Amino acid sequence: MNTLKALLRRPAVAVSLLFIVTVVLLAALAPWISPFDPDEQFVEGLTLEGAPMAPATPYWMGTDLLGRDLLSRLIFGARTSLFIGVLANGLAVLIGTLVGLTAGFVRGWLGSVLMRLTDLMMAFPALLLAIALSAIFQPSVWIVAMVIAMVNWVQIARVIYAETVALSARDFVAVERTLGASSLRILFSHLLPHLLPTILVWATLGISTTVLLEATLSYLGVGVQPPTPSWGNIIFESQTYFTSAPWLVFIPGAAIILLSLAFNLVGDALRDELDPTLKGRR
Amino acid sequence: MKPDDQPSLSVERLSIDVGGGASRRRVVDELSFALYPRRTLCIAGESGSGKSLSSLAIMGLLPKAASVPGGAILFDNRDLLSLPERELQRLRGKRIGMIFQEPMTSLNPLLTVGQQLAETLRRHEALSRGEIHQRCRAMLDAVRMPQVDKRLTQYPHELSGGMRQRVMIAMAMLCQPEILIADEPTTALDVTIQAQILELMRELQQQFATSLLLITHDMGVVAEMADEVVVMNQGRMEERGSLHQVFTAAQAPYTRKLLAAVPVLGSAPPPDALTEQPVVLAVKDLSVRFPLRHGWFETPRTVHAVEGVSFELRQGETLGLVGESGCGKSTTGKALMNMLNYQGSVKLLGQELNGLQGDALQRVRRDVQMVFQDPYAALNPRKTVFDLVGEPLLIHDKMPEPQRRERVAQLLQQVDLPRDTLERYPHQFSGGQRQRICIARALALNPKVIIADESVSALDVSVQAQVLELLERLRAEHGLSYLFISHDMAVVERICHRVAVMYGGRIVEIGARDQVLHNPQHAYTRRLLAAVPVPEVGRRRDFKSLLKELERPDPIKTAEFVAPVQRFSAVAADHWVAME
Repeated sequence: MNTLKALLRRPAVAVSLLFIVTVVLLAALAPWISPFDPDEQFVEGLTLEGAPMAPATPYWMGTDLLGRDLLSRLIFGARTSLFIGVLANGLAVLIGTLVGLTAGFVRGWLGSVLMRLTDLMMAFPALLLAIALSAIFQPSVWIVAMVIAMVNWVQIARVIYAETVALSARDFVAVERTLGASSLRILFSHLLPHLLPTILVWATLGISTTVLLEATLSYLGVGVQPPTPSWGNIIFESQTYFTSAPWLVFIPGAAIILLSLAFNLVGDALRDELDPTLKGRR
Repeated sequence: MKPDDQPSLSVERLSIDVGGGASRRRVVDELSFALYPRRTLCIAGESGSGKSLSSLAIMGLLPKAASVPGGAILFDNRDLLSLPERELQRLRGKRIGMIFQEPMTSLNPLLTVGQQLAETLRRHEALSRGEIHQRCRAMLDAVRMPQVDKRLTQYPHELSGGMRQRVMIAMAMLCQPEILIADEPTTALDVTIQAQILELMRELQQQFATSLLLITHDMGVVAEMADEVVVMNQGRMEERGSLHQVFTAAQAPYTRKLLAAVPVLGSAPPPDALTEQPVVLAVKDLSVRFPLRHGWFETPRTVHAVEGVSFELRQGETLGLVGESGCGKSTTGKALMNMLNYQGSVKLLGQELNGLQGDALQRVRRDVQMVFQDPYAALNPRKTVFDLVGEPLLIHDKMPEPQRRERVAQLLQQVDLPRDTLERYPHQFSGGQRQRICIARALALNPKVIIADESVSALDVSVQAQVLELLERLRAEHGLSYLFISHDMAVVERICHRVAVMYGGRIVEIGARDQVLHNPQHAYTRRLLAAVPVPEVGRRRDFKSLLKELERPDPIKTAEFVAPVQRFSAVAADHWVAME
């Protein structure tokens, strides 16, 4: 609670939190607040030449190339994008942290096996892997999230591994051993708090890349299946109309950027708040 | 060349500030001194006294956060503070040379010694390749580098610490500068290597008529080297005068306090007579070996870090384990803590420790605790003092929080820390206080033996003296036994009852403190003691005999190697020397 209060005291962080909460609320209440059905193709939503309409009433953010209301698609898209962004990325961070921490702390043959596996995954083209995985399973939001997690955990594992190795060599870890602390205790009570900044940065930075990766997968036809909207596939569906209907790319693009920026700012502030050595220095 | 009575450089009322706006702090306040040819000025002071910043100001290398609000640095009738960067570059290396503390990080690891030396010359003087090579060779000869031609083609990592520092000196002296600034040039080195480097600097200084500005925290080095001394404390100049004046008739109370705190070899009172106490820790034939990585067709080799070490530690006794870096003293300590695998027998109160695992090992851990060298590294920066000191109680006794709080407060009191520090974090304490926290943590489980691995080496002398007193008091109160691992002979003399000297992984001399330190028998012990600088005037030592390197035994052996049996001969009642 104190941490939350401290966070709200920073204006940029308060605004970011407000933005995140708004997006979450919009996504949760989508069926009730969105002005139109996101999948309905309105005849009056297209100009006489069949081009999408620029922002104006009643379509406040304009329409897309099929005459669907962009605002409604954006609100419903927030559901998919948030879900994938948070779940897929959270999962990737979890797997990456566990693998990196285990490999870095235990070392030996187990560590070698885990890190060689990581290298293997890293060397394998991520998109190819994602396409292969989605081809095997029936595409759904869940599967897309899993696929993204499977692809994204490797970098995190590498970074966490390197930090764990460096941390394990520090004197205070040696002291814990001489005190008779168990490995689990050292891991969770002493190493993990030091890794928290890195984990937080990855957890927040990763959200934007995850949203974009989902968009790429959608574009390749192995992501979220149309007509379900996501911020990523709205951009990709409309990119050919970029010059004639720029709002179709700009508005969802801005949504993605703002969301990841908000997560980043909150993550950064959280990291600072959780570090006792920084207290009273700012 | 100037006549010797003209100052080659004078610093006048130099002040340095760090930071800007509200956080602006004065770190050097109105410092004045003058350097003369062939003479040495030492700036002495503890950490945070501003001595290093002053030397960086002369070189024009102050960090960006620092500014100079006033003063002048006069060199060759010009004020260095107002010279443009290009002019300063022309002076640096050519007329003012500098040597830093850490020779490894100050040398470029990707260039050979020859390349680095040549680079300095090429920048400042128009010489042909052949001439450059000649000069580099001659300079390495001057710093007494063995096998000069081989060294020129070697990389820094292939050289020992002492040789690297010789390269640094050669680089600084290459253009025969009028002024040589040495910032803690021997602090990272072993004491015998330190003696060699100090001797070299003395000789080169006379040879090239250089003014030497030596910055050091070690009053022993000051006494060995200085003609004049400036004592600094928290940015202020406390004292300035000739060596004799400062050491015998110091005016400033700070100088007197500092000199009183410095342990002087040969001045400690005899230790309390220990009546026959029971043996707490018995070590017999302890060996530690590290296997080296080897390829498929190579013979496996091992590093013999510790080789057949035996000693006994009695209740209430402090045994000093001394030796230079790489002699195996820290490895011995770690083996006793069960932090690595070893061969041989370690008996604590009669119970064999080698091979213990699980719960049995856990029970033994209570009785042997360790205090590390760097108190900041040994304390998890994200834990409060209560968490840190209380942790052993939680691990071993699962003590509930209210009792733990009570016990931690009691422990803090024992190490003279105020009770209200419970919820503070390590970074809010000074170095000495942090080491007290580490000691409180080591005491938490009422151990029998404490292994102190260089526990006071990282501390300033005045703080060091206090921590030593604390250790001594705790020993007397709790009947503790210490294994005191140290490279500092004067500190060992102050606190130890018995001393063991290690060399090349083995104990070469062991016995009662006064026997070993005042009547050394082994050649290595003698060499070690001869190299210790003594912080008193008129006891300046001649280190010339130390310039010849002692051949170090190679610790890397093949599997067939069997260590020769070590035999000791008795010199006195409690004084044993290894026979070669």
